[in-house]
Amino acid sequence: MEPIIRKEIRTPVHLYVGEEAIATGVCLALKEKDVIFSSHRSHGHYLAKGGDLKALVAEVYGKETGCSRGRGGSMHIIAKEQGFLGSAPIVAGTIPLAVGAALAIKIRKEKNIAVSFFGDGATGEGVLYESLNFASLKKLPILFACENNFYATHLPLREIRLKDNIFEMAKPFGIPSFRIDGNNVLKVYEIAKKAVDWIRKGKGPVFIEFRTYRLRGHVGPDDNIQGSHTEIRPKAEVERWQKKDPLKRLENLLIKKKICRVRELKKITEEITKEVKEAHLFAKQSPYPLAGEVTRYVFK
Amino acid sequence: MSLNKKNKRKLSYSLAINEALKQLMERDSRVLVMEQGTRSPWYVGDTCDSLLKKFGPERVIDTPISENAMTGTAVGAAIYGMRPIIVHPRLDFMVYALDPIINEAANWHYMFGGKSSVPVVIWGVINRGGEQGAQHSQALQALFFHIPGLKVVMPSTPYDAKGLMISSIEDGNPVIYIDDRWLYEMEGEVPEELCRVPIGKGIIRKKGKDVTIVATSYMVHQALMAASQLEKEKISAEVIDLRSIYPLDEALILESVRKTGRLVIADAAWKTGGVADGIAGIISERGFGLLKSPIRKVTLPDAPAPVSPTLEKAYYPNKKTIIKAVEKILKKSKKE
Repeated sequence: MEPIIRKEIRTPVHLYVGEEAIATGVCLALKEKDVIFSSHRSHGHYLAKGGDLKALVAEVYGKETGCSRGRGGSMHIIAKEQGFLGSAPIVAGTIPLAVGAALAIKIRKEKNIAVSFFGDGATGEGVLYESLNFASLKKLPILFACENNFYATHLPLREIRLKDNIFEMAKPFGIPSFRIDGNNVLKVYEIAKKAVDWIRKGKGPVFIEFRTYRLRGHVGPDDNIQGSHTEIRPKAEVERWQKKDPLKRLENLLIKKKICRVRELKKITEEITKEVKEAHLFAKQSPYPLAGEVTRYVFK
Repeated sequence: MSLNKKNKRKLSYSLAINEALKQLMERDSRVLVMEQGTRSPWYVGDTCDSLLKKFGPERVIDTPISENAMTGTAVGAAIYGMRPIIVHPRLDFMVYALDPIINEAANWHYMFGGKSSVPVVIWGVINRGGEQGAQHSQALQALFFHIPGLKVVMPSTPYDAKGLMISSIEDGNPVIYIDDRWLYEMEGEVPEELCRVPIGKGIIRKKGKDVTIVATSYMVHQALMAASQLEKEKISAEVIDLRSIYPLDEALILESVRKTGRLVIADAAWKTGGVADGIAGIISERGFGLLKSPIRKVTLPDAPAPVSPTLEKAYYPNKKTIIKAVEKILKKSKKE
């Protein structure tokens, strides 16, 4: 967050803080050849699918060494070799793209599957319903992974739909659908694994609503807590969800079950912190794209 | 080139498209066709004849009425490595698909720094006239002409209909292929073998020295008829068929205007902010000194398509409108 506050990073960054268990659990259930498409809040999916950290951070800094060569920024990241086929912020915009990848997989009789990650905000877009219908009609190998963090930009879920029943929207299309705790990484993995196996068997799409919470605001480091200038969320609500932080929950579980010692966890944290610092250093030292290349890559 | 029997084979414009699809689908298993009405001539004439029978429902998909998701699906399949063709039997309905076309397909290659591309053909049919009114008639090429990352082709002959379809499928970038139902019955020479027409290259359909008429799609034929009538009045018009509106063959137009000094642009779409304006802008910028008189545009008026026959007749430009435009600028430059 510090580089954003210092304005070293200026591209709008939609932080995944608080939702990490979903990307981790789902991507753990996938194979390398499986493909995913994601939205504006996609850093977690990129990393969980095996995307390179340095290339991600360099992209956010707008550098030539970034995964999109500094042309895409935080909202357009890609790790094609690892099956992360792209992210884009037009709400629900990448859902039919994932359906298209699933269609291609089916036509080619391949064994992999496609995953579409989107947020609760996307349930307001017509193209999601069109996509569910077509994917189900053609029994396409796709997982619809809806991350319900209870806020569509600034609006709480209760102000955009009458009932808290997102997972039910897939039912009329004949798609098996589930609602689970998205902050419990083991549960996420367990259900995702079942869904992925089902899809891989050629039984058609599955829809999962992962219930989670955005610990930061919609964009940037601001947490949108009431009393601050953005005044969106009650402080008590944020605090309640902080207690359900998926990282802390996993750590507590590992210690309680005596799988890890505190010392080991501390070491892991130190290693990751070092890796992140190195990535930032790499990004800062990397060159920007050349000004003369402003129209390069418009066409292939 | 020998003029053997093969080269003289005639085919209608719509069957030329059909042949392009068949031949490429046979050659390349990545090619698939998605559209509403693959089985119904009501939608796209005979352009999709026998495709379903030949290639099966996996590669020839008669889709639900979901333009947005279906176009997005085609774009996604292209990103994955297929070569889909998504057909919109009426351009008007393709407006529902502007998000996958503009936000996703057009930007995709650029916004990922060239690491991913979208080899999709988005085929929209202009289906005007016949008292169909405002939402069954629109020629929206200007929308796509404006967007970086999209190529836009508008074939006017059966040969080009086939050659540009093949080039569009093979291009590797998103290509908007716009044809006109008014051309479907037209017959012309089409080679039986694969043929390609380069995207971005126009062609001189008739040589002339007094005035250049640049035309798109079916207006090319109106321009040719106008030119032969003008010939009788001793006015020699050069007719350029643009074939592609993006990339635009600027060099060909400039070269012609260098010779004639006069330019008429005929594009049967709205007057303001259209392809004709784009070309006029380029020539004003790059060829101002070559012009002996102001550029004239022959377009639709800035109004939705009407229904009543009197209004419809007044609405669509034709060879007479082109002749009037030519006469107007020749008189003007003669006075000077």
